[in-house]
Amino acid sequence: MAGARGAGDRVTASRTAPPSPSLREIALVFLSIGVQSFGGGLSSWVRREVVQRRGWLEEQAFLSGLALCQITPGPNAVNLAVFVGATLRGRAGALAALAGMLIVPVIIVFALGAAFTTLRDAVWIESLMAGIGAAAIGLNFATALRMTRRGVRTPGGALVVIAATVSVGWLGVPLPLALVILLPASLACAVWRR
Amino acid sequence: MISSLAKLALLFAGLSLLAIGGANSVVPEMQRVTVDVEHWMSGRDFLDLFAISRLAPGPGSLIVTLIGQHVAGPVGALVATLAMFGPSCLLVYIAAKLWHRARDASWRDTAERGLAPVAVGLVFASALALTRGTETAWAAYALTALATAALTATEVHPLIVLAAGGAAGVALHL
Repeated sequence: MAGARGAGDRVTASRTAPPSPSLREIALVFLSIGVQSFGGGLSSWVRREVVQRRGWLEEQAFLSGLALCQITPGPNAVNLAVFVGATLRGRAGALAALAGMLIVPVIIVFALGAAFTTLRDAVWIESLMAGIGAAAIGLNFATALRMTRRGVRTPGGALVVIAATVSVGWLGVPLPLALVILLPASLACAVWRR
Repeated sequence: MISSLAKLALLFAGLSLLAIGGANSVVPEMQRVTVDVEHWMSGRDFLDLFAISRLAPGPGSLIVTLIGQHVAGPVGALVATLAMFGPSCLLVYIAAKLWHRARDASWRDTAERGLAPVAVGLVFASALALTRGTETAWAAYALTALATAALTATEVHPLIVLAAGGAAGVALHL
């Protein structure tokens, strides 16, 4: 796609008028995400394409939208497509992003389902997916580090990041319970720092 | 046929609104209902469908499409997919609309700054939980660490890192 420029995180630093991509562009970007995102880590891909490479959303707007998608029920990545699409182009944008992201994976899933009895007996498939999965987790860690660098600016924010990581990721605290504590705490920090 | 379509629709529409934290959180409930309650498939069938949904790119939640297909053919696939994504998409669409409407409100920037660390923390948390849930071999930890370092320190395309991870997985018999 249009990403040969290999832009780093700096591109979005300049505050210009928010770009208004066409429905076709939105659908194509989410199509490319749907095609490439092996092993999970969809939010990382969305951030890379929408924030880092195209600057369609600024980091903070993206992160708050991501939080909304994590808080509301449903598959996070699908929610994120709807949120980004809706923010850029309203209802049509949401549908374009959603359809773009789902169409290829749905076709692939059906094709794999048809071939699966043969695939199941190939031992190397499991190793392949374990390797891709391990790398995809690395993609998520790397994205979270980039987000921290650009989206977390206060000691309170850093504490919230650590608390969420440890409670949900390590101790296995149920998400709703963690949110009941972390959300008010984080919002209070933001109000206090204003 | 009609009744199994209605059951699919009800099951996944309900799970759509219960899936706080993503579709992974309701996979055990999917398994319980499809295998133990409705007897639509064996436990092995369910694990196979789960594995297929992991092989494909895109959202892992496409397991619902496969369950629908297994139970009631292409129409079942369509019904299950719409039921799983419809209610939650509608909800997030409404939330996005309200959020957008408040873009000029004085509290909006503060709210954004308060939400951002929560989002970042939850991305860390899911990566950590996945590491603990899926990785047992040192080679897998090392792969994750290497991928993290490469994608943090350089602008290498993630697809290259995923391909390298897959190749390493095969070579090391992960």
